[in-house]
Amino acid sequence: MKAAAFAYERPTDLSATLALMARANGTAKLIAGGQSLGPMLNLRLVEPDLIIDISGLSELKWADRRGDELVIGACVTHGDIEDGRIPDVTRGAMQRVAGAIAYRAVRNRGTIGGSLSHADPAADWVSALSALRAQVALRSAAGARDLPVERFVTGALESALRPGEIVEAVRVPAMAASARWGYVKACRKIGEFAHAIAAVLIDPEQATARVVIGAVEAAPIVLADAAALFGGRITGDFERQFDARVADAILTKAGLANAADRHIHVAVLRRAIGEAASA
Amino acid sequence: MSHAEGHLPSDATAGIAQGVGARLTRKEDDRFMRGRGQYVADIRIAGLQDIAFVRSPLAHARIRGIHVLERFRDVVFTAADLTGVKPIRAVSGLPGFKISEQPVLATGKVRHVGELVAMCVAPSRAEAEDIAASVTLDLEELPAVYDMLGARDAGTALVHEHWGDNVFLESAFEVDITRAFDAPIKVTREISTARQCMSPLEGRGVVATFDHRLDQLTLYTGAQMPHIVRNGLSDCLDIEQGRIRIVSPDIGGGFGHKGILLPEEVCLAWLTMRKGCAVRWIEDRREHLTASANCREHHYRITVYADRDGRLRGIDCEATVDSGAYSSYPFSACLEAAQVASILPGPYRMPAYRCRTFSVATNKCPILPYRGVARTGVCFALEIMLDAVAVAAGIEPGEVRLRNLVSPDEMPFDNITRKHFDSGDYPQAMRRALAAIDIASVRARQRTREADGRLIGVGLSIYCEQAAHGTSVYAGWGIPMVPGHEQANARMTPDGGLEIRVGVHSHGQGLETTLAQIAYEILGIETNKVRVVHGDTALTPYSTGTWGSRSMVMAGGAVATACIEIGERAKRIGAKLLQLDPAMVTLRDGRVCGPNSSIALAEVAHTWYRRPQDLPPDVDPGGLESTSGYKPQRDSGTFSYAAHAVTVAVDPDLGEVEILDYVIVEDGGVLVNPMIVDGQIYGGLAQGIGTALYEEMPFDSAGQPLATTLADYLLPGPAEVPEPRLDHMETPSPYTMFGVKGIGEGGAIAPPAAIANAVNDALRPLGVELLHSPMSPRRIVEAVLAARRAERPAA
Repeated sequence: MKAAAFAYERPTDLSATLALMARANGTAKLIAGGQSLGPMLNLRLVEPDLIIDISGLSELKWADRRGDELVIGACVTHGDIEDGRIPDVTRGAMQRVAGAIAYRAVRNRGTIGGSLSHADPAADWVSALSALRAQVALRSAAGARDLPVERFVTGALESALRPGEIVEAVRVPAMAASARWGYVKACRKIGEFAHAIAAVLIDPEQATARVVIGAVEAAPIVLADAAALFGGRITGDFERQFDARVADAILTKAGLANAADRHIHVAVLRRAIGEAASA
Repeated sequence: MSHAEGHLPSDATAGIAQGVGARLTRKEDDRFMRGRGQYVADIRIAGLQDIAFVRSPLAHARIRGIHVLERFRDVVFTAADLTGVKPIRAVSGLPGFKISEQPVLATGKVRHVGELVAMCVAPSRAEAEDIAASVTLDLEELPAVYDMLGARDAGTALVHEHWGDNVFLESAFEVDITRAFDAPIKVTREISTARQCMSPLEGRGVVATFDHRLDQLTLYTGAQMPHIVRNGLSDCLDIEQGRIRIVSPDIGGGFGHKGILLPEEVCLAWLTMRKGCAVRWIEDRREHLTASANCREHHYRITVYADRDGRLRGIDCEATVDSGAYSSYPFSACLEAAQVASILPGPYRMPAYRCRTFSVATNKCPILPYRGVARTGVCFALEIMLDAVAVAAGIEPGEVRLRNLVSPDEMPFDNITRKHFDSGDYPQAMRRALAAIDIASVRARQRTREADGRLIGVGLSIYCEQAAHGTSVYAGWGIPMVPGHEQANARMTPDGGLEIRVGVHSHGQGLETTLAQIAYEILGIETNKVRVVHGDTALTPYSTGTWGSRSMVMAGGAVATACIEIGERAKRIGAKLLQLDPAMVTLRDGRVCGPNSSIALAEVAHTWYRRPQDLPPDVDPGGLESTSGYKPQRDSGTFSYAAHAVTVAVDPDLGEVEILDYVIVEDGGVLVNPMIVDGQIYGGLAQGIGTALYEEMPFDSAGQPLATTLADYLLPGPAEVPEPRLDHMETPSPYTMFGVKGIGEGGAIAPPAAIANAVNDALRPLGVELLHSPMSPRRIVEAVLAARRAERPAA
């Protein structure tokens, strides 16, 4: 379990990074925290010609509130968020999600941008940030663009990243005071990748509900308007209105053929909704 | 902190209890806690080359060709190069046993994923892996034998063609079974335990080098049984034992995995002699999971007969063990299954019994004896059945056990399979466990609804752990290793210290401390002046090594015997120096004492070594060194035991199990160091929880192992292992020195059964009964859903 040989670059700024990526033409891999890529290299599941280490780029390690949103550099670690070293616009939601990612050793090094780029369906940010209506800011030598997280993650370990493109930052909109947040995942043990994730952002005052069902071995199921789960409209007693049969049908339609899998996903969703109701 | 500080002699033991029964801090922890242990991977030898193996990607295939690039021809070795190397043969003398020959590099066929095909040498492991990746195999895939039950069907592919079937061994034991058939209660179940991987913190590893001055091959290998490795290597390489030295340094967990002679060891031994340079192989986690260290896969079809009051009338069982492709050295492929037949009845009385067992060959890596060995599976099956009897009889599970356990006034007790129980009070252990878990309040809680919707359950299990099996037990198995007298060498040093040399190995058992405690008990030499030397065939007496929870009984007895001998000789010298009749002196507190005078052992030692002119003319020329042998008065083994009781909360929606309370009432006879025993129990419990809830190595129908990393092979971590509440009983063994018993494995034996019974107790209102380990969330949810469907038949 030793990585195959590769070239290694550690650029000192973003423009040098983008230039290296443009030259590599798709045969390079970025490494930030290395918490997923490290094992994959050692298992020889990936054998890139070039590793570009961006963990030294200060341009990617900051966070700032700008108006109604928080901009988080791609190399901010889960631990930074867990420990409250960056501002909070989600009333603690991101902090709680970060604090339950894998183990502390992983959180010390793993980054928010790395996690999204890796696009593991069982990872927390893929689902949580979709529910929070976050956007990713992408940059390449050719220019910049923004994508909502749910359009950025296109499948299991698949993202909309183009060759030469990098996640520069994540933009998280401030959570409304009337919004209720719930996030629940099923793991067999602490630190394990989740077998089911549910993230819900429900605002009874606005009568909106955004529901994400994750860890489904594909891109998360994002219900931007989840009213159907609650009898057609969102009210103050949304928890009581939750209809598990509708959730089960959505999962069946999404291709989850196994009844036990669906049962666990629906149970997790019910709990996330319960958490939101009691928030 | 300066580096030297850690090496200052410790005075911490002065004035505190140090003998048998003392909770002495472990001597070896000083180096371990400072990160100064030395493991195989820490060994550096000039010019050391690293090895990576080409392993079979298929479970079963004929080898048509192995293609090596021209430029790697002299750094890649295949079976064709290993002229004169014999396959590993672990034969059992049990009638009908079929012999497998495990080639150290695959010959003709590959029989499991991960089987060694070629070895590649390079200055670093990464480069060796590059070379290994360049070797291409031309394999003709054959149908894989992946299911031990199907493996016995006619027409199934054969792992070893010349056998004609896939059964290493069929064994049977029967007493009056037909007399049970009219019992009013008859419960039948199919119970199984998953294949597991032992997963010690440190995997296997080998450094091999050849010393031309000594004309000796030296193999550094993490080995529980160094002398047995030497036997096996000598057989495979056909070189005399004197030319082989096995050094086993610190070991990060053995659990049985490091008791096995590996083909890798033979390969590296051959290679260092062939190439002349030192070579190293360090097992990585993928190799560990997929190609080695597999264990535990049992299947039981079992019927228990009982009277209406829950008294056992008989057990009828057919047990199958998936032994994998080869018989491992020295324990063989049938130790596990054949033991099932003899240990299944456990500590229960019954008038009738029948058990047939099958050790089945499959295209999986060989099954190895893991802490608890067959007992964990047996306990799982039998204790689940005891609960099934309790349900059928409408009696509390604890009461059913109390009605059937052997009672203390029957001790020593020969059970129905003629296992000889040396001592113990099993009902008392069960009663204490029931009281500690407070069964009445758990039952009361069950009658109320939990606010979070979870279901509460309580489970019990009890077992006996035969340990320190001796000659009379192992001679019957006829495997390459039969333990005889255990020897220890004890030698006083000229300054009054003591060196102890033993052929067992300490790798978590704390023997560097406990054997010193025994020496202190006999001679009164402070434990910090007693050094225990182990893990080197050049320095220690022959021993079958550390296995079967035997070291405290056997090596402890041998150390005591050697120390007693030295004590007698020292008394004679001391008496002369005190000008007393030897009959008038005794040994006390490290001194030879007469009625009014005494002399320190250190002075006696000084006289023997440095002032022989002062010795009595009739002094024993053996001096202050003795190699002495020991066997218990009866060598059929000690029987330690424990009752486990656990309360769980089960989430029927997510299938999650939380352990709320765990009680262990343990009786290991006289404990040399109760703190170390507590540690053994904690570690065993963690492994037992792994068996119960987490660990599983699944295979697909092509024989591919599916849990190839620790992301897939789940081990319990600190958050998953609760702190148990321990209670000790102490019934001495009548047969051993000090009354000690072996206790190394017990912690890992009972938890799967107790937890299964607790989960089933919780889920019984839903009509759910789980009979397969691990009881994963998925299995629980599937069982709950199946029970709901059964309750609500389709309209």
